[in-house]
Amino acid sequence: MPPVLQLKGITKAFPGVLANDHIDLELNEGEIHCLLGENGAGKTTLMNILYGLYKPDAGEIYVRGQKAEIENPNDAIQRGIGMVHQHFMLVPVMTVTENVMLGVEEKRNGVFLDRAKVAARIREISHDYGLEVDPDAYIKDLPVGIQQRVEIIKVLYRQADILILDEPTAVLTPQEVEGLFKILRSLVAKGKSLIFITHKLKEVMALADRITVLRLGRTVGTVTPSEVTPERLASMMVGREVNLTVSKKPPKVGDVALEVKDLYVEDERHQVAVRGLSLDVRAGEVLGIAGVQGNGQTQLVYALTGLAPVLSGEIRILGKPVRKPTPRKILELGVGHVPEDRQRHGLILSFPIHDNMVLCTYYQAPFARGINLQEKVIVANAETLAKQFDVRTPNVFVPASSLSGGNQQKVIVAREFSRPIKLLIASQPTRGLDVGSIEYIHSRIIEKRDEGAAVLVVSSELDEILALSDRIAVMYRGQIVDIVPAAQASKEYLGLLMAGISPADAAKSVAPVAAGEVERVF
Amino acid sequence: MAAENLSTKIPSRKRIATGIALLVIGLLMSVFFLPGTETGQTATFGLNLSSSAAILLPDMTLPVQTSLYVLVLIVVFMGAYHMARGIRSPGALFGVVAFCFVAAFLIWATRGRSLSLIGMLTSSLVRATPIALAALCGVISERAAVVNIGIEGIMLIAAEASVVTASLSDSLYIGLMVGILSGALIAALHAWLVIRFKVDQIVSGVAINIFATGTTSFLSSKYLQHQSDLLNNSGTFPIISIPLLSKIPIIGPIFFENNLIVYLMMIIVIVMHIVLYYTPWGLRTRAVGEHPKAADTLGINVYLMRYVNVIVGGMIAGLGGAYFTLGSVGRFDEVMTAGKGFIGLAAMIFGNWNPLGAFTSSLIFGFADSLQVKMQILKVPIPSSILGMAPYIVTMIVLTGLVGQAIPPAADGQPYEK
Ligand SMILES: Nc1ncnc2c1ncn2[C@@H]1O[C@H](COP(=O)(O)OP(=O)(O)OP(=O)(O)O)[C@@H](O)[C@H]1O
Ligand SMILES: [Mg+2]
Repeated sequence: MPPVLQLKGITKAFPGVLANDHIDLELNEGEIHCLLGENGAGKTTLMNILYGLYKPDAGEIYVRGQKAEIENPNDAIQRGIGMVHQHFMLVPVMTVTENVMLGVEEKRNGVFLDRAKVAARIREISHDYGLEVDPDAYIKDLPVGIQQRVEIIKVLYRQADILILDEPTAVLTPQEVEGLFKILRSLVAKGKSLIFITHKLKEVMALADRITVLRLGRTVGTVTPSEVTPERLASMMVGREVNLTVSKKPPKVGDVALEVKDLYVEDERHQVAVRGLSLDVRAGEVLGIAGVQGNGQTQLVYALTGLAPVLSGEIRILGKPVRKPTPRKILELGVGHVPEDRQRHGLILSFPIHDNMVLCTYYQAPFARGINLQEKVIVANAETLAKQFDVRTPNVFVPASSLSGGNQQKVIVAREFSRPIKLLIASQPTRGLDVGSIEYIHSRIIEKRDEGAAVLVVSSELDEILALSDRIAVMYRGQIVDIVPAAQASKEYLGLLMAGISPADAAKSVAPVAAGEVERVF
Repeated sequence: MAAENLSTKIPSRKRIATGIALLVIGLLMSVFFLPGTETGQTATFGLNLSSSAAILLPDMTLPVQTSLYVLVLIVVFMGAYHMARGIRSPGALFGVVAFCFVAAFLIWATRGRSLSLIGMLTSSLVRATPIALAALCGVISERAAVVNIGIEGIMLIAAEASVVTASLSDSLYIGLMVGILSGALIAALHAWLVIRFKVDQIVSGVAINIFATGTTSFLSSKYLQHQSDLLNNSGTFPIISIPLLSKIPIIGPIFFENNLIVYLMMIIVIVMHIVLYYTPWGLRTRAVGEHPKAADTLGINVYLMRYVNVIVGGMIAGLGGAYFTLGSVGRFDEVMTAGKGFIGLAAMIFGNWNPLGAFTSSLIFGFADSLQVKMQILKVPIPSSILGMAPYIVTMIVLTGLVGQAIPPAADGQPYEK
């Protein structure tokens, strides 16, 4: 029996980059095939070609042994290919039903939308594959985990049997990832074939039947999980040895750099999201805030960086009380911020890289003299930083939008870390990044700490928190439920706190601290 | 615990401010309107359009001072209640207060005299017609994410094109067709520029407006004014009374005794509502306006959807243009659209980019317009030039007060790149 899908010699060039260079890929029936590769390796490009969004410069696609000309998404859909995109393709102001039927609407009397019929079909699919979702809910009210289900239902509704999932786990909580894996296994059990893209080696090892690794637009090789170790996969991706653990010296703790007392903050919908939170971070230490996303971490960081008003409570940065903080006031105190949403709060995507590198300092010498920007200095600065921080880009004049996710993040890190900062606030610093970039950014964060900066890291990746932190605070429903020293913290205990179990109850079932040092692999 | 208290404490500051504003409005109403009145004075409002109507309603006679006191009290009460308890819906609050204010103004202006209320409401609908058509053009284009601020220009050109062809051919229907077609053509040009060449949508719209003002004025002064009998004298569509329906008191004369273009406008409102929310075409249009990339990945042709919607919008604006000439005065005057296209865009925003909302807010603008005309007739002691500003002032108040709250389609105004 031929493979359900064969890609042969797919090649695609964008101005200045060869995104896909003669890539071959085979997908067998009932298989989960993982596609691994650094940021910018060409995974999304390859899948977009398969789905008809891009036209390849060369190469052939065979579906069930037959040569397929896929000119647009309709051709792909007709051949049973469905795709869950890296960035969700859902219309937030429409209901689940409307999103699912879009493009293949059921009609009543030949004219009118038949929402009821589609909703019934959605319920059937939900039932068959364990994808619980309310067909009448609006997408904007659903958590990302459920939105993901809607994306999968969309694909199943179109009766796809080849499913492409492009980094479906990047924005999910650990529980949601577990749920997704169950769903994916049930899909395969029903004869579907899957291409699964991720950066997380653990997921690959847990899920894949076969793994294909891409690097710089080329296929490095195809292996099975039993043949390899995570370390081996990482070095195949990056092309060098990668250190999957963070090595760090014991902290040299100094004065309190950030002090928060009884803080209350609202979210955009005027719900109180941070309720009476207190913490402090000292110079030379990393305080990690663990917690399932949506427990007020975002609003906490917004308040600390001046992006959201404080309802009540006190914030002191380097001993100075901050009232009515604005982002600039806070930056000028010596605070660096790596924001959660890099495209919204970190970069101006349409600006060239060199301007993005001076977004917080453009008005100061040497970048400005009076009201004149010193273009030459700004460009020279960007070129130095790009080299120093290994930003992969043809030059510093291209817009930030043309960089891959990992390199966009490096631009932000370069900008923030090159200032003399005394307090670093980093939110989800490595979301969506490949192991190489994660290793790099982690080592930079530890470097800052060793230079004596106080660091506050917020992440929904427990492994990341464990790897970086000196102390770990667990946030639940807008409050810090417990703070434990990281070196001995037990993962199970933190997991229970994150799920909302009280410290007292959690301590009854597992020990809060493990015996001895624990090895941290991310 | 503390958190819950906080969440109710914070909005209350805003509530107190709004409440105080309402109290001030109540105070202003009594300061403005009460002093000129006498005890026992009445104001009479006519409820029949003509004395030949099948069912004659008695005129509504209101005691001036008592009514004013009641209206002021309602506003003051709303303010106090809002401060104490909070009124959830800002729309309802705004609506009731605006109603009280306008009613007080009308009663004050009519004191000791009579005013045909139905006449005024009828002319509100008529005056709202071009505004509503402009707004509907805006709704359908912007739902597909193409901003068209050239509506004013499209209407101007359609107004001139339709009157000239109607005069020459001696057929109002041919004129109407040409008006609609010219609208479609200019909208197609706009679509082509902004979709194909990604020209800035505002720039293209402004260019259309400048081009339209210049060309129509030039043609008008060069040809139309000299041969006005031949070129600029079309006559207008007659009033058609719908049998039975037009006999319903109040509703009948307002909605069912109008000319063709007013009826078409109302039909378009309903049809557009159904199309947008109950058909595949509408679902796709809205998807293209909210998240074109998502639509594209589902095999929907984003560009085609945008072209068609913008051109259909142009046809509606063309109809609106024809209204100025064929539906109203039967001849073309320079710059006769007088900003109605822009007011239409305000109505679209106020109506939250949906057809029924756009229609309702057009009625408010039409009402402001008809109010100022009536007031001039009633010789209210306010200069007519200031009264004439009423529709534009309402536009500004609405835009400043509500623009922040209305939510446009997410991709509105952005070109789509694959
Ligand atoms: N539309 C585009 N125009 C120009 N260059 C592009 C475009 N899309 C992708 N690229 C470039 O092609 C290369 C491959 O990008 P692609 O998005 O396929 O990477 P990826 O493997 O999916 O990375 P990530 O893990 O960050 O999602 C990158 O160098 C990227 O900058
Ligand atoms: Mg990708």
